[in-house]
Amino acid sequence: MRTILYIIQKEFLQIFRNRSMLPIIFVVPLVQLLILVNAATYEMKHIRVAVVDLDLSGTSRRLVSKFQGSPFYRVQSAGFSYDQARDGMQRGENDMILHIPAGFEKSLVKDGSARVQFVVNAINGQSAGLINAYSTRILLDYNRQLVMENPAEAAVAGIRNIQTEYSFWYNPKLNYKTYMVPGILVLLVTIIGLLLSGMNIVREKEIGTIEQINVTPIVKIQFIAGKLIPFWIIGLFELAFGLTLGKLLFDIPMEGNLWLIFLSASVYLLVILSFGLLVSTVTYTQQQAMLVSFFFMVVFILMSGLFTSIESMPAWAQHLDRLNPLMYFIRIMRMVLLKGSGFADISPHFRALVIYAVASLGLAIARYRKVS
Amino acid sequence: MKRFAGFIVKEFSHIFRDYRTLLILFGMPAVQLMLFGYVLTNEIRDARIAIFDPSKDAVTRKISDKVLSSGYFKLDRNLNSVSEIDAVFREGNVKLALVFEPGFAEKLDKTGNARIQILADASDPNTANLLVNYLTGIVSNYLISVNSSRVSQQIIPEVRMMYNGQLKGVFMFVPGLMAMLLMLISALMTSLSITKEKELGTMELLLVSPLRPAQIIVGKVFPYVFLAFIDACIVLTLGNLVFGVPIRGSVGLLLLESLLYISMALSLGILISSITNSQQIAMMISLVALMLPTILLSGFIFPVENMPWIMQVLCHLMPPKYYITIIKSIMLQGNGFMYVWKETVVLLFFTGLFLALSIRKFNVRLSV
Repeated sequence: MRTILYIIQKEFLQIFRNRSMLPIIFVVPLVQLLILVNAATYEMKHIRVAVVDLDLSGTSRRLVSKFQGSPFYRVQSAGFSYDQARDGMQRGENDMILHIPAGFEKSLVKDGSARVQFVVNAINGQSAGLINAYSTRILLDYNRQLVMENPAEAAVAGIRNIQTEYSFWYNPKLNYKTYMVPGILVLLVTIIGLLLSGMNIVREKEIGTIEQINVTPIVKIQFIAGKLIPFWIIGLFELAFGLTLGKLLFDIPMEGNLWLIFLSASVYLLVILSFGLLVSTVTYTQQQAMLVSFFFMVVFILMSGLFTSIESMPAWAQHLDRLNPLMYFIRIMRMVLLKGSGFADISPHFRALVIYAVASLGLAIARYRKVS
Repeated sequence: MKRFAGFIVKEFSHIFRDYRTLLILFGMPAVQLMLFGYVLTNEIRDARIAIFDPSKDAVTRKISDKVLSSGYFKLDRNLNSVSEIDAVFREGNVKLALVFEPGFAEKLDKTGNARIQILADASDPNTANLLVNYLTGIVSNYLISVNSSRVSQQIIPEVRMMYNGQLKGVFMFVPGLMAMLLMLISALMTSLSITKEKELGTMELLLVSPLRPAQIIVGKVFPYVFLAFIDACIVLTLGNLVFGVPIRGSVGLLLLESLLYISMALSLGILISSITNSQQIAMMISLVALMLPTILLSGFIFPVENMPWIMQVLCHLMPPKYYITIIKSIMLQGNGFMYVWKETVVLLFFTGLFLALSIRKFNVRLSV
């Protein structure tokens, strides 16, 4: 036991003597939270519309003003040449063209129907889908309004109306930030844990100091415990620091029990740290270790549901995702912090983390050899 | 010149002998492209929904059918009371609850009005918003079909999706992936490879050799230009053949712009390695200062226009943003040089800036 304490002491000394370490521990979370949280937004605001109104009738003008009045749109330009608007889109100046053909009002009155064209820049498929949904909704509202302007006619015709009301639970203002913060904290703990622990042993290998440790009477378990515990402590500290920042900067909700978060985090960190350890046993240079960790990290992060939702992945990928520790911890964080879920709600995810921790720690210990 | 050639051969052997690194360098673009192409879609399918339908009449059944057959929703369970919803949401699987008012069809028939309530679990606001949009759309379409015979005036939208008719997510990801991989290989790998020589002490050996400092740097950097270029070609080819991402503009121009971006990233890598002595620090700087902005502040995943203005200012200081704009414009919109010359000038400026800074910082003598 005393040996482990000495190794831990040595590691801490080494970590804190490195002058760049403290900024990494304190500045990285701040930068990450500030940048990631503010940048990561899918909210659509200011969709830039180019209006080409060739009809210039009362009906068409009112349709255009509907778009002008919506908070989602900003009318960028209005002209009479469709080609000019298309060229604007080619240059990336507008996201959508609202094209109202000549004779629009006439055909609406005469034939009972008329067409307008939405031309959407769809390079970003998701934005395009939303733009389409918003525009169609505006048009449907306008259609309904046109009908309702003549209530007598509407009543005679027996028009049916279903009112849809919606409410958003747990986050009524659809504040994307509160959703992102818990996920980003997971990212933070992961990056710090994986990179620092993975790099640590490889560095000793590369410089050759690992030999010096190998010839001491320190046994395997002591060595591994001595390497893991400091980063485990740093990781938990990072999480606490990040949560504090999240509360202060973004006022994230903390509905559930914080101890539950730290309990899960301590298990999760074991998974990540032993994974880093595993990486360091199979690589020989820091460059390799970095690339291997980076590779897995990117795959884990992208599949974790941090930026895209897991439900929309194909079934085989969802099955594969069961191997992704990030996915479990992000779920736990979001459930506990945002919805106040209790231990019973998160227990399947928690159990998966425990199994993962035992397995990866065992594997890392088994792989580590004192003789190179 | 012969010495220099020898030095380059040495660098190549360094890289090629390290098969783990090579494997990852060439495996990474393929795996990530597959991930982006097949796995990561923002489009939502089969979101789990709970339905509370006390009246169970023809109209509510019709609407439920429409909702469940849309492909967006999958029935998780039928609810017996509204009070169950909170518990169901807390479990975490159900994203949306659809609540019909009692006596739905009857009310609709008598008064011409009936109400539907949509409750969304907005702890994931993006999904919640999309799902509510889909659901109201389905109800509106149902209404249109019911009313169509009765309405006298109707405007019909005609939607054209430009450049990406099927709204594939991979169209966005190919340019982003190129920017990320080229940055990773060019900036990160070179900065690591130079700091490694410093850390191991072999930099000193190189500095006392007859090679000039500029030659050392160029020699270190050259193999990575080569690797990065191959990776770019892999991404483009796979994207085109497997996912049908078109290259509508000139391939030559695309590759030239990529070379420019690679040299920008390399000069950034040189700059990083000239200000640090340890690989760990170089790596941390690269991760925080390069990867994060490349992924997040470049319009790769999140559109720049939606960010707060201060973030937009930051985005405009990030070279990857310009590169992504350029390749999107050339690949997907089929534009020529006249449409991207501004961005090209900006990239040139960054390259020059980083090079000038690193020349000022580069020391022939190592500090003790």
